Amino acid sequence: MKTLAVQAPEPAQFMTVAVRLFKLVGLPLIGVLAFLFLWNAGASRVDTSLGQFPGPTEVWEQSGNLYVEHQEQRAKAAAFYQRQDERNAAKLAENPDYVPKMRAYTGKPTFFDQIGTSLVTVMTGFVLATAIAVPIGIVIGLSQTLYAAINPLIQLFKPVSPLAWLPLVTMVVSAVYISDDPLVPKSFLNSMITVMLCCIWPTIVNTAVGVANVSQDHENVSRVLRLGPLTHVRKVVLPSSIPMVFTGLRLSLSIAWMVLIAAEMLAQNPGLGKFVWDEFQNGSSNSLGRIMVAVIAIGAIGFLLDRGMLLLQRLFSWDKQAKLR
Amino acid sequence: MNSQHLVIDHVSMSFDTPKGEFKALDDVHMKIAEGEFITLIGHSGCGKSTVLNIVAGLLQASRGGIVLNGQEVSEPGPERAVVFQNHSLFPWLTTYQNVELGVKQVFKGKKTRAEMREWIEHNLEMVHMEHALDKRPDEISGGMKQRVGIARALAMQPEVLLMDEPFGALDALTRAHLQDSLMEIHAQLGNTVIMITHDVDEAVLLSDRIVMMTNGPAATIGEILEIKLDRPRDRIALSDDPTYNGYRHSVLEFLYEKQRKVEELGSRRTEKKPLPPSAEVA
Repeated sequence: MKTLAVQAPEPAQFMTVAVRLFKLVGLPLIGVLAFLFLWNAGASRVDTSLGQFPGPTEVWEQSGNLYVEHQEQRAKAAAFYQRQDERNAAKLAENPDYVPKMRAYTGKPTFFDQIGTSLVTVMTGFVLATAIAVPIGIVIGLSQTLYAAINPLIQLFKPVSPLAWLPLVTMVVSAVYISDDPLVPKSFLNSMITVMLCCIWPTIVNTAVGVANVSQDHENVSRVLRLGPLTHVRKVVLPSSIPMVFTGLRLSLSIAWMVLIAAEMLAQNPGLGKFVWDEFQNGSSNSLGRIMVAVIAIGAIGFLLDRGMLLLQRLFSWDKQAKLR
Repeated sequence: MNSQHLVIDHVSMSFDTPKGEFKALDDVHMKIAEGEFITLIGHSGCGKSTVLNIVAGLLQASRGGIVLNGQEVSEPGPERAVVFQNHSLFPWLTTYQNVELGVKQVFKGKKTRAEMREWIEHNLEMVHMEHALDKRPDEISGGMKQRVGIARALAMQPEVLLMDEPFGALDALTRAHLQDSLMEIHAQLGNTVIMITHDVDEAVLLSDRIVMMTNGPAATIGEILEIKLDRPRDRIALSDDPTYNGYRHSVLEFLYEKQRKVEELGSRRTEKKPLPPSAEVA
């Protein structure tokens, strides 16, 4: 019986493979198709002052257009720099003492430029938030006293919307950040600081919980070994709270991304949020389709950011058995 | 031999609870000689672990204290290494790294890097774990984890080895293996050992003296039984030995007659409870 089973592929086995494949690929595909169908059917019934609500085909077209516009802008920029170089070369040939003038190309930022700006802003804000939140989390996780002192503040500021922070941040940045040759534009600082203020909390809270829940046995081992405070944190507390820290970081990053779009939209800072707002103000018949492209791009980027964090977590986590999702 | 190597000096322990003060230990006093193997036995909740934690320095006695080599000790330290009940290895470190952490603390500046490496490997060989240096705790069995826990403690070259039910969570066969290993190691190194156990056979087989504790609250030392069996001891030969069985009987008698734990739930039976066949106290 056994040899038979090895030689002939069991029909039951084939079925399980088919079922697994269906679950892995088929079910999500069905979900997406059903969504596209409903979208298409729904969109054709909605008429706005900017024309009919865009269906999947219009959005697909617009994403193509956005890409073409991006290519055109790039070509224009390249041509501009080439002309500038040629002009400077010619003037230098005439007069060796001539100091060449270099000007940056000032074309309109394209959709893809805006994505880049948004990503840089969100990552800077997030990294800054992490650099502040993790140490605070460790300290208040270790000390019951400090936790009692700081916890009310955390609970108070955690639910604050970015829109509430933004005016304050803008005013403070304008007042404090005065420089003739600024390293980064003010608008960048505004969005970045707003993002940081909003996404710092989950990391603080989760790190503190992770640190406070180091097992008593591990604490005891550390005491018997007489590990110094720094070694204790490095060798016992941090590794043991890594899973909770990452839970916090992933929450923080998704909040950061959501907050950033809102902040850019409201404050007219460059980025995807501004793209959406500009298209809305522009009000052409293509606008809604282009906004929809942005919506999908925002979702996709948020998803990829979270997957990236998950990869990092897998890399750093010692518990390879843990189910991460 | 120094018969006053370790003194548990009139130790009492009270805890503050919402219902008022709870007296866990009352005047526990004993002197332990260098190289002696002591087991603490008693019913659950009688404060055995509290005694061990006080010796380890993890708890502070309310009255009395611990004197090691004439010096009072009140803080934990590697000279009183602890083997915890559930191994307490760091899951993010390999077998080797778990042992290394303690070795680095104790021998910093005293051993070179190569010497440390050799010493760590030597200790893991002693518990027969040299094949799993780079495994993490979740990749090895419960018995192996406990072996690594023992290696970690031994590698600190402790004067006193404190073991809190080290084999409690293991199956009977693994436990027997580890008991044999432990006897071997003790014969070789001659550390002073205090071990908590629930297992009467384990206590008789391993100990020089068995300390039997009365039931709490306000538990204290009930009787001390000296085990005068020649070493090395062989579990198979001893199973027929009348002296061995006599010791076993004394411990069982203490636990099930003199200190019989009255279950709160069951109706109080007047007849004598028969001895459980496994001779193990829950």
